[in-house]
Amino acid sequence: MSIEIQDVHKSFGNLEVVKGVTMTVEKGEVVSVIGGSGSGKSTLLMCINGLEPINSGRILVDGTDVHARGTDLNKLRRKIGIVFQQWNAFPHLTVLENVMLAPRKVLGKSKAEAEAIAVQKLSHVGLGEKLKVYPSKLSGGQQQRMAIARALAMSPDYMLFDEVTSALDPQLVGEVLDTMRLLSSEGMTMIVVTHEIAFAREVSDRVAFFHKGRIHEIGPPAQVIGAPQQPETVAFLKSVL
Amino acid sequence: MHYTFQWRVAFNALPDMLWGALVTLEVAVLSMVLGVFFAVVLALGSSSQYRAFRGAAATWVELARNTPALFQIYMAYFGLGSIGIQLDSFPALLAGITFNNAGYLAETFRGGLRAVPPTQMRAARSLGMGPVQAFRLIVLPQMFRVVFYPMTNQMVWAILMTSLGVIVGLNNDLTGVTQDLNVKSFRTFEFFAVAAVIYYLIAKLVTLSARLMAYRLFRY
Amino acid sequence: MFETSFSLNDLWFMLKGAGVTLTVTFWAVLGGSLLGVAFGLMRAVSPWWVNAPIGFVLDIFRSVPLLIQLVLANAFKSIIGLKWDPFTVGCVVLAVYTAAYCTEIVRAGVLAVPATTRRAARSLGLSWTQDLTSIVFPIALRVALPSWIGLTLGVMKDTAMVWWIGIVELLRSSQVIVTRIHEPLFVLSIAGLIYFLMSFPIARLGARLEKRWREND
Repeated sequence: MSIEIQDVHKSFGNLEVVKGVTMTVEKGEVVSVIGGSGSGKSTLLMCINGLEPINSGRILVDGTDVHARGTDLNKLRRKIGIVFQQWNAFPHLTVLENVMLAPRKVLGKSKAEAEAIAVQKLSHVGLGEKLKVYPSKLSGGQQQRMAIARALAMSPDYMLFDEVTSALDPQLVGEVLDTMRLLSSEGMTMIVVTHEIAFAREVSDRVAFFHKGRIHEIGPPAQVIGAPQQPETVAFLKSVL
Repeated sequence: MHYTFQWRVAFNALPDMLWGALVTLEVAVLSMVLGVFFAVVLALGSSSQYRAFRGAAATWVELARNTPALFQIYMAYFGLGSIGIQLDSFPALLAGITFNNAGYLAETFRGGLRAVPPTQMRAARSLGMGPVQAFRLIVLPQMFRVVFYPMTNQMVWAILMTSLGVIVGLNNDLTGVTQDLNVKSFRTFEFFAVAAVIYYLIAKLVTLSARLMAYRLFRY
Repeated sequence: MFETSFSLNDLWFMLKGAGVTLTVTFWAVLGGSLLGVAFGLMRAVSPWWVNAPIGFVLDIFRSVPLLIQLVLANAFKSIIGLKWDPFTVGCVVLAVYTAAYCTEIVRAGVLAVPATTRRAARSLGLSWTQDLTSIVFPIALRVALPSWIGLTLGVMKDTAMVWWIGIVELLRSSQVIVTRIHEPLFVLSIAGLIYFLMSFPIARLGARLEKRWREND
């Protein structure tokens, strides 16, 4: 059980943003991806659950080739939760309905079942009091936690986080990181694209440093963040710490 | 001023006029239902990959928006006769207003579609929804809110436009009935004043119910 | 081979009709805009007990078919013994009708200027009138102009109804020709084309203005 990324290339028009990335994330692992803006790390996440097509290479999720013809992406996406930088709450649904929707419509669960799951996940991220509220009444941090609960409600095997704290006010970052800490302590497999270096160092089993579409260094946080080998990594860490 | 108002004549005709109002409402509602249908077709057509569809949709929309409604009704009533399509007053009026509604609503729908950010679709797809499912459950409801107010406006327009039916000989809608009464008695002002009040009340009723509906539908 | 009894004279007759359409539109929009600006500013700054009655009365003109308004005004004119010709009646009715819409456009434009912007202007030492002329009006104009262009085109198309009270404008003139030569589709198509040529370029201009200004926001 793993996500295997094998020599993936991805371009937008003439611009190649991912230039041959290979890495494997084992079940139960937390891997953080750090690197400058535009280094292709967010794009790679979108490729993992097939939201973006790739130009060459392969991505295998539990052995299923994501980009192969005939792969049922809708089915595959059930086991890969993703949380975006912009939380993308569904504004016309209440918090509870936001989280209930996919279990009901995609997994075909009954209303009662879906509601039970949603309430449980929302309580888990600390939103048990906000069930009947519309997202517009929530803070950015609360909306982001709701988005996490929404993804969790599908009982995914993997969770992808795409710079989930970048659009938040500084005082709201903590509550979202706490939620992610909780998940990692429960053994969730996570790929976390982030600018929060301290957080990456704390929760990750491994850290990957992305630079200009390539992985320059990958390894335990103590190594990549604590004792970087490559000059690009050193320069990057110096600029953000 | 030598004129004495005779309101009683007009009030006596009120039942007839109210029946006429029902026909007015019937034309308006039908033209909206058909208009919405064609507007969706036009909105889809204008984003089609085939040039011919795009051209046809654009022609319809621009003609509807850049010529008078009365002209469009005329075309349906007199013009189509030349190519062998003889329409009665009622279908001609309905066709004219439908053509007009569809042209305006198509633009409304396109705007509504643009108003829903593409990230919503992406978020829905990431939860495992298929494209149709995501459109129906996530994009459509949000789009509906954006187009709701312009749609009620169009409905009021449609009601007001039905009054043009009298020009192509319709005699059983509110204006048609009123004109018939007028021709018989020449109490023009009284009859048309009552008709005006009825039109006003219908328009307000539509606006008010739309507002109530919006209040119940859009709680976010 | 296509044959038609439609002559150059007929075309000239229709173009004269189009001239009447434009003349009526001109007076209606001129009068309606002046009234609309006055009422609109009043609505934007007045307390509710001034605002509400104006709003109520103007709303009536937007909720009753124009055709009925024309008939009523024409009948009323005779009742009170006014010696206006149909042309004047048509212009006046359309002007009031235009004013009813223009008021809302102007009001929305003025209200679209954020209070913070005005406060900033005042904090720089601009007087109340300076604030209005150099801050509020320019911003309001940008918001209002595209709608105003739309309104003008709308009124131009609505003038087609004035023939009901006896004015020979574009649509009526084509009707006259249709009655004589019995080629409704052809004649009406020419009328439609003329309307289209009068409306479409300006509509495009309005759309472009709106887009450009929105991008600059």
